[in-house]
Amino acid sequence: MNAQQKEMLLRIMELQFAATELNLYLDTHPDDMRALQEFRMRSQELMSAKMEYERVYGPLLNYGLGMTGRTWQWIEDPWPWEVNWRRS
Amino acid sequence: MWVYQKMLQYPARVRSTNPRLAKVVITQYGGPDGELAASLRYLTQRYTMPIPEAKAALTDIGTEELAHMEIIATLVYNLIRDASIADIKRAGMDGYYADHDKALYFVNAEGAPWVASYIQSKGDPITDIHENMAAEQKARSTYEYLIQLSDDPDVTDTLRFLWQREIVHFQRFGEILNLLHDYYGRQHVFDMKGWDPKGGQ
Ligand SMILES: [Fe+2]
Repeated sequence: MNAQQKEMLLRIMELQFAATELNLYLDTHPDDMRALQEFRMRSQELMSAKMEYERVYGPLLNYGLGMTGRTWQWIEDPWPWEVNWRRS
Repeated sequence: MWVYQKMLQYPARVRSTNPRLAKVVITQYGGPDGELAASLRYLTQRYTMPIPEAKAALTDIGTEELAHMEIIATLVYNLIRDASIADIKRAGMDGYYADHDKALYFVNAEGAPWVASYIQSKGDPITDIHENMAAEQKARSTYEYLIQLSDDPDVTDTLRFLWQREIVHFQRFGEILNLLHDYYGRQHVFDMKGWDPKGGQ
């Protein structure tokens, strides 16, 4: 995984975390309109960041929820546990 | 249903081969207060939750715990991947190696396999949420002990992330408990649903 791919993926992971955290908060505060607004913003950002990544590096999600190009990139290494996540 | 995302929830960094650290961190994979136990506990309790907030929170926290299980697996895998037989013997991991080589298996820090009796699903929502709040505190304590034991600053960084998540989950479960008390009308502080203290069901 090259530096640019890793950087894009780390950005997606950050956005995914923000969305996850807001999601849990909204589960117990469903009427908090400010949190809902924030969630909708993060979710938009997350979806466009994923689309941008998948266009180059293949699907992040399986079962037809990711973007599939002309080759079956889903099986391509590295898998998440094989990535060297250390800052270079 | 569930869908896999080909990424981790947090970048689980490992500085160097360290089977001794792997041997204790693995308890958060298959130990009594580990991520497998957390995930399965919440995902199996959700079916009998009476309010929408509780069904959603158990589904979503149970799912996040699966992501934590993968983070722990990634730490353990990378801590032992390049270990030599001598390293493994020195770390006291030879017993594990005899049974599993370097494969991931659900055990606690002493090698005892995961058992379903680590978790409970009681059918009484108030009881279950109390169990979950205790589980989050036990997991938080375990991460504190692991942070004390860790001599790899990169592993410590990930352990600190997971430690924080236990605190957030505890908070969410506390809110669920309050919502359940509201739902039952607050007439009994301890759950007495379906039970009439003046006699009869
Ligand atoms: Fe948790």
